[in-house]
Amino acid sequence: MSSNLLKTPKDRGRAGDKIFSGVSLGAGILILVILFSVAMFLVVQASPVFTADPETVTGGEGFAAYIFPIVVGTVIAAAIALLIATPVGILVALFISHYAPRRLARIFGYVVDLLAAIPSVIYGAWGYLVLAPQMSTIFTWLAENLGWIPIFAGPASQTGKTILTAGIVLAVMVIPIITSLSREIFLQTPNLHEEAALAMGATRWEMVRMAVLPFARPGIVSATMLGLGRALGETMAVALVLSPGLLSASLISSGNQTIAAEIALNFPEAFGLRLSELIAAGLVLFVITLIVNMIARLIISRSKEFSGAN
Amino acid sequence: MAVDQSIQRRQSQLTRGKLPSYAVWVVLAAAVILGAALSSLIGFSVAGWAVISAIVFVIGATLVTAVAEGGRKATDRLVTYLVYGAFILALIPLISVLWTVLERGLPGLSYNFFFTSMNGITGAIDNQTVEDGTPVLGGAYHAIIGTLQITFWATLISVPIGLLTAVYLVEYGQGKSLTRAITFFVDVMTGIPSIVAGLFAAALFALLFGPGTRMGFVASVALSVLMIPVVVRATEEMLKIVPNELREASYALGVRKWRTITRVVIPTAISGIASGVTLSIARVIGETAPILVTAGFATSINWSAFSGWMSSLPTYIYYQILTPTSPTSPDPSTQRAWAAALLLIVMVMILNLAARFIAGLFAPKTSR
Amino acid sequence: MKALRIGRAAAVVSVAALALTACGSDNATGETPAGSGAASTAAGTAVSGTLTGIGASSQNSAMEAWRTGFQNLNSDAMVQYSPDGSGAGREAFLAGGAQFAGSDAYLDEDEMEQAMEVCGPDGAIDIPAYISPIAIAFNLEGVEKMNLDAPTIAQIFKGEITTWNDPAIADQNPDAELPDTPITVVHRSDESGTTENFTEYLAAAAAEDWTDEASGTWPEAYLSENAKGTSGVVQTVTATDGAITYADASAVGELGTVNVKVGEEYTELSPEAAARAVEVATPVEDRPEMDMALELERDTTESGAYPVVLISYHIYCTTYDSQETVDLVKAFGSYVISEEGQAEAEASTGSAPLSESLREQAQMSIDSIEVAS
Repeated sequence: MSSNLLKTPKDRGRAGDKIFSGVSLGAGILILVILFSVAMFLVVQASPVFTADPETVTGGEGFAAYIFPIVVGTVIAAAIALLIATPVGILVALFISHYAPRRLARIFGYVVDLLAAIPSVIYGAWGYLVLAPQMSTIFTWLAENLGWIPIFAGPASQTGKTILTAGIVLAVMVIPIITSLSREIFLQTPNLHEEAALAMGATRWEMVRMAVLPFARPGIVSATMLGLGRALGETMAVALVLSPGLLSASLISSGNQTIAAEIALNFPEAFGLRLSELIAAGLVLFVITLIVNMIARLIISRSKEFSGAN
Repeated sequence: MAVDQSIQRRQSQLTRGKLPSYAVWVVLAAAVILGAALSSLIGFSVAGWAVISAIVFVIGATLVTAVAEGGRKATDRLVTYLVYGAFILALIPLISVLWTVLERGLPGLSYNFFFTSMNGITGAIDNQTVEDGTPVLGGAYHAIIGTLQITFWATLISVPIGLLTAVYLVEYGQGKSLTRAITFFVDVMTGIPSIVAGLFAAALFALLFGPGTRMGFVASVALSVLMIPVVVRATEEMLKIVPNELREASYALGVRKWRTITRVVIPTAISGIASGVTLSIARVIGETAPILVTAGFATSINWSAFSGWMSSLPTYIYYQILTPTSPTSPDPSTQRAWAAALLLIVMVMILNLAARFIAGLFAPKTSR
Repeated sequence: MKALRIGRAAAVVSVAALALTACGSDNATGETPAGSGAASTAAGTAVSGTLTGIGASSQNSAMEAWRTGFQNLNSDAMVQYSPDGSGAGREAFLAGGAQFAGSDAYLDEDEMEQAMEVCGPDGAIDIPAYISPIAIAFNLEGVEKMNLDAPTIAQIFKGEITTWNDPAIADQNPDAELPDTPITVVHRSDESGTTENFTEYLAAAAAEDWTDEASGTWPEAYLSENAKGTSGVVQTVTATDGAITYADASAVGELGTVNVKVGEEYTELSPEAAARAVEVATPVEDRPEMDMALELERDTTESGAYPVVLISYHIYCTTYDSQETVDLVKAFGSYVISEEGQAEAEASTGSAPLSESLREQAQMSIDSIEVAS
């Protein structure tokens, strides 16, 4: 009887262990299967474009000539968004986790989470109703005073619907994502590390730099990647804000286009080869994300030693 | 006597080289005045004034600190200002967005909006309301139901898969090449454009159940494709930072690994996980494109995610703005769209509160 | 303890869910639908079932009106329409994913052949259902109407005429006071039937100036300011002095509109003038017997016709599998082209009603739909 009591939980435990690890392994494999089928779907649907007569592809010069400008446009928009959102997002996260009075911090954290949830259509509508008119005056000023820098070359857009405005809208959308994740990670910094730093006479910034940031670095990179994913793949906001056009270096005149917006704008009326083109554009976006993530992986792998579970 | 002196000296040492608290305000006042002067040179505007004053203040305060208190303190102060500045900077557009939605959305939140669908509302009816100035008829009830259904099923699919995968990655698969592959491809998955996820789900169900299969559940599957990587990513980070000491303590007590994970590791990280899950729901609840191609477009109430077409709040907003019910007088449609946007935000807010509440119930007491 | 906690959480969630979903109704107008029960349609029989359509967003507002009107007459029937876009609609229809498609363009030859696979040997038929005049709308202070001929319009939209007081414009409008405001051309950024019809008009009526082919996307050579959707371009033009665009006439609101030169006179934009242009349109050649695809004469000289018109079609199969579907399709199709249906659409969207003769023809085509043998 007593031996039974001792034995049963042990056996059940072992079975539980097996089941649990099996199920979690299964979940991981399922994700790979899903991703693989999405990729297959993309490749199959996109394939007609690669074999088609170059003259029948939009623009008349083949798929590469068609996709190149919008790839550059996508990268520009995402780069602007991340250049603004990453530092601001991390600083805001720091503010909430280490600088703001504790009671306020809870509320701020809550507001930021909320902002991550505003649908992109709303950000888009805000972008072209509220932000773009404001930006057009700034653009005119930039074109007049800093026009000699290629990215500020005139003529400035009168409607303010440019790639820079789109980039800012994307940044506004991405900030809550970066902030929300970074904040959670900053809060998890071991208290002992922080207190040790402070006890040795470090200022608050030195404590953050020596204890918090190294601990959170992989997490920050992850958060940024998540934000980048949204910035690259965002459709509706860009489609509403940007007045697309040919590739141009100037950020303040209308022009440029992103892949996701190109798909959203043309998809409803597309059929046949055009549809394949758009799906191929989606495939390209997929590949861009792949490359960017590889780079991010390299950065993270250098700071692996800070993971708590290694 | 000698003791007294030494105490006094120590005190002055402690406060020596520290700026009096009013110094910051003096610098601020100077910056504001200087900012006003400089901005009027290049054409005065309130925004320009604020920006220039802020820059002058940060530089000024840092320099004053550097002179009086030394370099380390100055850096600390500079970063503090930058952190506060970034917070204010981030707040401006975010408040502007919220204000825009509130201003335009509040007038539309009426009984009609909450408790009726768009069934039977035509352009002629909208024209009539505008002419007579009567309250706008027709609401978003069907879209609210649709959003709840679609998001519920998407969450039900994504959270277990995402959570278990994260557990595998952190607890079981450390150092295995499969783990590296999964983490990498999860990142790639975040880059799937939402419309592609929608098309994929539509194609999958067309393959399984015949062409033109559109229902709420197809949309849920599409949203899951977008949601899973966010859940995995957020959960993985949270599980990783659970201190190893906790796991080791649990093992040392003879607790099985799976019990350790479910009873120690996950509860410790539950607040972060809840936050991540909320974030992932928030990420998909506002998606328009995948729902357009998977769930169809309905104007009447549909309670079942497994048969018939469904509307959701984002598609409702999208179509009310893009193809107003009455093209000649689009105001009622615009009003409904903004009200729906506001409602969507409020829904996420409630969801967020609920997630925090639930997480609070399970989380162990911590210092923060 | 744990169970209690979970129970509490579950209780909170379920109470919240209950409160949210307590009561709501599909009766948004607060009236009992007229004629429910006593179903009688143009086809004469009561029908039931669900009819699924996918297609152009241009006719979405009209579709709302038709659905409501049709369902009031046939309380057992339900029509659902997803405004995914013309291309998506035709694609879904040809794949068998929808019973009918709404499209701003009729099926081309390839698609006709594909249609034989889903619809049987006679393929599909295009029925004109929704006629919307496209306004050339501008925002110029103090000017509400303007006379322009097609070459001038083409030059404006190509960016060759850059100010509003250009002699080419002034000569045609001797009475108007034209400022020297620069012209800002605004076009659609998304691919659309509106752009296709507008460029088709320019290519036909101003062949010398507009050398590009008609296309659903704005030609790359003439890119300028643009915006998404009809509401987008109208909003942009309303906000910009000196801007000009083309948009569905019903949506232009307060903006000034152009009277287009047809023959020797300038035709003002109106539903009647648009309907007139459709009436003088010729059927497309080499089509199946019952197909009603129309070739608009954009360069018509017919007086009183306004040639910048968008025709949106309904595409049906000639045969369906079951009698029930055939009845439903016939009843709905007949309702849409009936005088009543066209009047409903006009009241809701400001579209132009089909002319008497077109309606008769369309009725004949719809009557030919039958059960697959």
